[in-house]
Amino acid sequence: MATKRKKVSPKRKSIRRDNGGHTITVAVNGREYTRVVEPRVLLVDFIRDELRLTGTHVGCDTSHCGACTVLLDGHSVKSCTMLAVQADGREITTIEGLSQQGRLHPIQEAFKAHHGLQCGFCTPGVVLAALELLQVENAPSEDRIRTAISGNLCRCTGYQNIVDSVAAAGEMMRSGKG
Amino acid sequence: MQAHSFDYVRPQTLAKAIQVLSENGNRAKVLAGGQSLIPVLKLRLANPRLLVDINDLPGLAFIEERGDRLRIGALSRHRDFERSKLIRAKYPIFSDVASVLGDPQVRNLGTIGGALAHADPASDWGTALLAFEAELIARGPNGTRTIPIDRFFKDTFTTALRSSEILTEIRVPKSAPGDGGAYLKLKRKTGDFATIGVAVQLGLDTKRNVVGARIGLAAVGSTPIRATRSEKALIGSKAGPAAFAEAAKLASEEAHPSSDLRGSEEYKRAMIEVFTRRALESATARTGR
Ligand SMILES: Cc1cc2nc3c(=O)[nH]c(=O)nc-3n(C[C@H](O)[C@H](O)[C@H](O)COP(=O)(O)OP(=O)(O)OC[C@H]3O[C@@H](n4cnc5c(N)ncnc54)[C@H](O)[C@@H]3O)c2cc1C
Ligand code: FES
Ligand code: FES
Repeated sequence: MATKRKKVSPKRKSIRRDNGGHTITVAVNGREYTRVVEPRVLLVDFIRDELRLTGTHVGCDTSHCGACTVLLDGHSVKSCTMLAVQADGREITTIEGLSQQGRLHPIQEAFKAHHGLQCGFCTPGVVLAALELLQVENAPSEDRIRTAISGNLCRCTGYQNIVDSVAAAGEMMRSGKG
Repeated sequence: MQAHSFDYVRPQTLAKAIQVLSENGNRAKVLAGGQSLIPVLKLRLANPRLLVDINDLPGLAFIEERGDRLRIGALSRHRDFERSKLIRAKYPIFSDVASVLGDPQVRNLGTIGGALAHADPASDWGTALLAFEAELIARGPNGTRTIPIDRFFKDTFTTALRSSEILTEIRVPKSAPGDGGAYLKLKRKTGDFATIGVAVQLGLDTKRNVVGARIGLAAVGSTPIRATRSEKALIGSKAGPAAFAEAAKLASEEAHPSSDLRGSEEYKRAMIEVFTRRALESATARTGR
C-alpha cells in the first residue's frame, strides 16, 4: 500500500532524496516514522506530503497565519517555519493525534458544540494552540485564551466563538468529561 | 515556498560547531530558532550552503544571576523569559520584551541570541539590551571575546560577529536597589514588528534623583539606537513630569524614522515622544522609589 501511494503522489518531487538526503526519525502522534529527507524540506511538507497527514494546513506559507501549527514536544510551533530535519528525535502532535479510538478530544467536542469554526481552515492550528494552553492550565481567563491563540488567524469566526469553545473545553477537561 | 538546496549538521559540542563554521566560512550559517532565518531562506534572500544547527549544544540555555551580572544563555527562548520568575521579579523589562515579541509560536522557538545576531532595526531584544551596559560573549576559533552592546550593531542585519563565531551569552549588570526599566512597543497587531519601540532603564537614588539612565529606540534607524542626549539630560535631574517631558522631546529628535506602511515619519517621531514619556514613568514606578 505504501509503495502504491508513492507512485501516485504528485507532490513527491518536493521531497527529493538524491541531494544530501538525511535520515530522520520523528514520533508523530505517538508513532515513529523514519524517512530520508532533503534538509530544505519544511516540517509542514514532510507531515503533509511524506506522512500524508493533511490535517495540518498551509495558509500563508510566510510564518504569519498559524494554520500550520503543530506541537513540538508539547509546544506550539509553525511547521512552515521549521525544517523536517530539525524534528529528528522529537515528538510532534498534529490534529490527527487528538481523537482517541474514534472519540473526539474535548477541545474538538467544544468547537463543535460552540460553533468554534466555520470554514474550518484555521481550526487544526487553533485547536493545537489551545491544547498547549489547556495542558498547563484548564481554567484560563479570557485574556489568557486570547493570548494563546494570538498567533492564529481566522477569517470566519471573529474569534469570539473560538474563545468560548476553548473556555468550554477547559471546563470539560476540568470536570473529567471527554 | 522552498529554499535553495543546502546541507545540514547538528553538532553536539560548541567546539565542533565552531570548527564546522570556520571550515566553511561565509558559506555556512548558524541555525537557532529559525524564526528569522527560515523565512529568509524560503524567500531566497540568503543562500547558505550549510546550516549549522546549534539547538543541541549543551549549556547555552540559562537565565541566572552570577556574581554582579545577570547572565543569559544565547539559546534561551523568548518564552523562557515570559515564564522566568527571576525575570518577572527583578528584570520586568525583559518580560515586557518577551510578551510583545512575535506571537506564541515564534516565542516558543525563537532565541535571544538569534534575535540579536539577526540585527533587525526593529529588534525588540536589541533595543532593550541597549538600555543596559550589556556585554555579548562570542566564541570563535581564536577563543572568546566580549563585545559591548554599543559596538555590536553595525548596520541593518549586520553585527560585529564574524562568520565563524557563535554568540553564547549575554550579560547585563545585576539589578540593584533603585533600578527599574520598561520596554514599550507600538505595533499594529500581534506578530508584527515594532512601528516604534522604546526601552528605558533608570537608576534612582533615595531622593528620586536620576543617577543612571539608558534609552534604546526601535525601528527609527538602520539599527536599534540609543537616545544619548536624552539620557544625558535625565542624569542629575529629579524623576518627574518636567524631566520626563524634556527627555521624551529629545528622544524624538534623536530618532531617524522613515515613512513606510507602519506610519509616516512625523507619526513615528510623535510616538517616540509619547512612548518615551510613558516608558520613563513605568520604569520609575518599577524602581520602587
Ligand atoms: C511571525 C514572526 C513575527 C516576529 N515578530 C518579531 C517581533 O515582533 N520582534 C522581533 O524582534 N522579532 C520578531 N521576529 C523574529 C524573531 O524574534 C526571531 O526569533 C529572532 O529574530 C531570531 O531568533 P532565532 O533564534 O529564531 O534565530 P534564527 O532565525 O535561527 O537566526 C537568525 C540569524 O541569527 C544567526 N544566529 C542565530 N543564533 C546565533 C548565535 N547564537 N550566534 C551567531 N549567530 C546566530 C543566524 O545565522 C541567522 O543569521 C518575528 C518572527 C516571525 C516569524
Ligand atoms: S502556513 Fe505557517 S504560518 Fe501560515
Ligand atoms: S473558520 Fe474559517 S478561517 Fe477560521
